[in-house]
Order: sequence, then structure tokens, then C-alpha cells
Amino acid sequence: MTASLLFPPAFILILGALLVPLIPGKAKNIYVIALPALAFWMISQLPHGELLSVHFFGHDLSLLRVDKLSKIFGYVFTLNATIVCIYAFYLKDSQQHMSALGYIGGALGVVFSGDLITLYFFWEWMAVCSTFLILARRTPKAYGAGYRYVMLHLFGGLVLLAGIVLHINGTGSIGFDAFTDRTLASYLILAGILVNAAAPPFHAWLSDAYPEATVTGGLILSAYTTKTSVYTLIRGYAGYEILIVVGCVMALYGIIYALLENDMRRILAYSIINQVGFMICGIGIGTAMSLNGAAAHAFCHIIYKSLLWMSAGSVLYMTGKSKCTELGGLYKTMPWTMIFGTIGALAISSVPFTSGYTSKPLIIEAAVNQHLVWPWLILEIASAGVFLHAGIKFPYFVFFNQDRGLRPGEPPHKTMLWAMGIMAFLCIFLGCYPAPLYALLPFEMEPHVPYTLSGVIKQFQLLMLSALAFFVFLKLLKRTDTIAIDTDIIWRKGGRWFYICMDKGLNFVNYAFNELMHKGAATGLGRYFSEGPLNMTLAVLPADEAKREQITRYFRAGISPIGLSVAVAALYLFGFIILTLP
Amino acid sequence: MSHKKEFDWFDHDKNRKLLWKLLWGTCALTVIAEAFVHVHPHFSFDGIFGFSALLGFASCSVLIILAKLLGLVLKVREDYYDR
Repeated sequence: MTASLLFPPAFILILGALLVPLIPGKAKNIYVIALPALAFWMISQLPHGELLSVHFFGHDLSLLRVDKLSKIFGYVFTLNATIVCIYAFYLKDSQQHMSALGYIGGALGVVFSGDLITLYFFWEWMAVCSTFLILARRTPKAYGAGYRYVMLHLFGGLVLLAGIVLHINGTGSIGFDAFTDRTLASYLILAGILVNAAAPPFHAWLSDAYPEATVTGGLILSAYTTKTSVYTLIRGYAGYEILIVVGCVMALYGIIYALLENDMRRILAYSIINQVGFMICGIGIGTAMSLNGAAAHAFCHIIYKSLLWMSAGSVLYMTGKSKCTELGGLYKTMPWTMIFGTIGALAISSVPFTSGYTSKPLIIEAAVNQHLVWPWLILEIASAGVFLHAGIKFPYFVFFNQDRGLRPGEPPHKTMLWAMGIMAFLCIFLGCYPAPLYALLPFEMEPHVPYTLSGVIKQFQLLMLSALAFFVFLKLLKRTDTIAIDTDIIWRKGGRWFYICMDKGLNFVNYAFNELMHKGAATGLGRYFSEGPLNMTLAVLPADEAKREQITRYFRAGISPIGLSVAVAALYLFGFIILTLP
Repeated sequence: MSHKKEFDWFDHDKNRKLLWKLLWGTCALTVIAEAFVHVHPHFSFDGIFGFSALLGFASCSVLIILAKLLGLVLKVREDYYDR
């Protein structure tokens, strides 16, 4: 191993991104494909261990910690990036290429960081770079979504930072390993990570922002932020039981919202939440098999979800439309996009002989091994539900259903179809021959046999009857030109609510205080000090009417004769003494 | 002028009916097949014959109906946030 190879793969992409605008024409696109491919090769060459540390502000930062867990994520991140860049071969926009490479580089940085400071740096770097992929669409909606996206990620980042600072102060260590002590610090870090993992209620940034990104932007975004969180959780939070609950909630939540959605990319966005739910549940179970399941499922998920986003991206690219109510009948003119998209849909649904079937059952079997009845049942229900929304609903409403008269044709750029073809091949390859994937799994476990006759029959039963339910209840699933309110309403409408709360709340206090102090107390005091002495003087000084009027004028004007003033003051003092006597 | 004939197989009623039959047939086949294999139930209740089929149909029906009911409350117009 030469020293030059100990260069963090993250920097290849991040530094390489800087050169993108300088390269002309097609060479730029070839260069953009070559960078992640080079990073993939470098990862394959890295030996295990802490390979590169840098002294920084009194800490030894570990920039390149390599083990099986970081490698499996490194492989899939760079493999996916290479194929995605093939898909984006037509794209001339340097800004998008730069943000994509920077973002993927950030994800690799997190995966190979051995300490919390490096992790935090790359974490925030990802948030910033990914925002540009949303803004690149250059529509008012994208600008709004990008703004909300970055604000929420910065919030999550701050929670993470607070946890990291507390952790370093408490333990004196910056190392990023399993958080065995369950302290406030570890829970804050967990909360920060869960924001990026799109766990409810902080999940709505995903379904809000990803569908507003560009065709290739949404595709790239779908793979990295949530899966980086999955990696971080596997390393730091294996066996945290709360994650079983979070995962189960996510798995079901994603299905319900995907069923409500009309926008095809929003359906896919919600299905990310559903799929990440499986992984997080696996992490919560915390056995070698469930953690391997989470890693394997993340691997397969990145590939089939990219395929689905590519297919949806091609439809958006060709028709300019993404709503199910405006799409339909595209199988006639986009057969390849339909076939590839359907393969992705089958893979996400864990249909036997596709990649989902060789990864997801690891998690479900781990739940069985731990005798976790409810999580097992929920994951089974969620498996059936995935077929419902991503397996059938997406291809059915986009490519079949009612013909809307659209005749777009396949994407004119052959590389888009090639990229989809490669992804589809991988989905089927990993489904039929999972050995290479299983060899990459990070933890030692009993060999898993994915294909048993009874297992396959049970899975087909589950899926075919789900399909039957879909078509029996098709009328209930009729698409409407609507969106569904999700928790993003809190921060979308938050500004207006904040204003109303402040207006009604603080201004009320202001008004009440004004009434009490200005009109009440101040007026009372003024009257007391101006009318009090006058009334007292008039009460004790017998005089005729003219004299009384004169005294009243003097007091009102503040020019009462000195003798009288002294007398009144003495009287006041006397009265005050009497009143305060015990 | 010759137009390539459009592939519109899925649009014909006859073919749709065929697909319906295929769907029902496949469903039945998957359930019948269970009789010929030895299944290993994990818990007590999942050993019931056709449990996966039952679970698939029932859970999906519940999910669809639940989503429909939630939709009555949660669905708003496209421009909800723009107004």
C-alpha cells in the first residue's frame, strides 16, 4: 500500500469538484463519471485500520478509519455515484455537478471519519452542498423548499453539535464509536442524526425538498443523507430499543403518506422514509444479523431507489409533469423506462429474485430470532404496504392507468437508459446471486439462506394478495389534484403562526400594561399628587368661595404661596406618620 | 404515410379481464402451494394456513381505508401553501 493511496476518498470528490467548471464539453461529463469510479477503486484498495490522523486544535482527528462497515457504505456510495453520473451525462450545468460531487464527498467523509469532529464537519458540508441541488431547479417552489431544507438541517446539525460538545466534555474523547453510556449527550447526538434520517416529526424536509430538486438532483439526494444517518446509527446506536419504535413508525408512516400523494416523486420520497424505517428498526434490534440486514438493505435500497428516481426523472424530463393526475398510459411510448422502473418497483417490494428479497428478510428474521412479535408483525405489514405504494401505485399510475394522450418517447440521451439498465441489472443480479453482497457485510453471523421454498411461497402470498387489495380498492385510490398536510406545515406556516402568536400574545400584554400603568396608575398618581394636597387644604382651611377658587387655581398651576405649601407639606407628613404608626 | 402501430395491449377490455383472471389465479395458486410445502411458523399464530395471504390482503385493505379516511382531513389543494 503506497502512501499516496491513503488519501481520503472524500477529498477526491470534493477537490475534484473544484475543477469541474474548467473542463470543457463532453470531457467534463467523463471527468465527473471518473471521479467516483476512482474513489470506488481507492476504497477497494484501502486496508483496514485508522490510516490518517491530523492534529487540529489540540485534537487528533481521524480522517480515514477503514473497516468493513465503512467500506460497504463507501462501495455503494461510490458505485451509485458513478452510475448516477452516467445518467447525468447529458447535463451541462457545472453548478449541479459540483454540488453533487461535493455532497457525495461529504457523505464519504462521514463514513470514513473516525472522530466526532470530522464527522460533524462533513455532516454540515453535506447539508450545504445538497441544498444547491434543490436550488438548481431555479423555481420559486425550489427556492422555498431549499430554504426550509437547509434551515432544518442546520437545526439538526446544531442539536448534533450540542451533543458532540457535551460528549467530548464529559468523556474527554472525540472518538466516534458505539455510545454505550446513555447520557444526555448521546441522546442529543441521536436526535441530530435522526433529523437526517427523516424520522418523524422531523421527516417532512425529505418529502418537501427532494421532489422540488432537479431531475438528477432528486436522484442524487435520495441516496446519501438518510443512508449516511443509517451508517452513523449502525456504528453508534446499535441496540438502542427506542430505534425499534422509531423504525416501525417510519415504516408505516411512509406507506400512509405515499398512498395519499399525487406527485410521483413525492411517492418515492415517502417510500424512502418507509424503507429507512426498516433499517432503523434493524439497528434498534441490534444483533449481528439485524445490523447486517440494515447495512445490506441500505446497499440494495440505494440501488433500487436510484433506479426508481431515474425512471421518474426520465418521465419528468420528457413530459415536464410529475403528478399522477396528469400522467398515465406512458407504457406505449416509454417502454424501457417502464420496464426499468418496474424492476425497481419489484426490488423495493422484496419480490423474490430481486435485491430487496435478499436484504430485507435479514432484518425481519432478526426480529423473529429476538422473539419481537410486534416489530415483526409491523415489518411484515410494512412489507405488504411497500408493494402497495411503490411496487404497484408508482408504475400503475405513471405508466398504465388512464391514457392522458401524452406521447413523449424515451429520453433522447441513451446514457439515461444505460444507467437505468445497469441499475436494473444490479437489482436482479443481487436478487439472484447475493453472495458478493453478503461477503461485504460488516458483522460475523450464521450464514443466511435467502431462498427456501416455503419462504418464497410465503412472500409471494403476501405480495400477490397485497396486489389484489390494491386492485380491489382501486376506486379508493383514485388520484386527486391535492397535497397532504404533513408536519412541514409547522415550519411552512410557522412564520405566520409566530406572527399571530406574537401579535395576540405580546401585543395583548403590551395593551394591558398600557391600560394599567399609563392610563391607570400614572393617571391615579398624577391626580393624587395634584388634587390630594388641594383637597386636603380646602378641607382644613375655612374660606369663602372666592378664596377657595383662588387656592384651586394656585394649586392647579403649581404656584401656591410658600406658607401654604409648607403647611400642606407638614400636614401630609403628619398624616403619613399617623397612618404608619403601628 | 405509414405509422407504426401503437402498442396499446393494456387498454383493451379483453386483456384487462385476462389480467384480472391472472391476478386471481396467481393469488389462489400461492395459497394452494402452501399445502405442498412444510412451513416453519415463527410464532403460534403465523402457522395458520394462508397466514401471509391473509395478512397481505387484510393489512393492505386497512392501510388503503385508513389512508382514504386520513385523506379527508389531510388532503388540501395544491396551492395550499401559496395562498
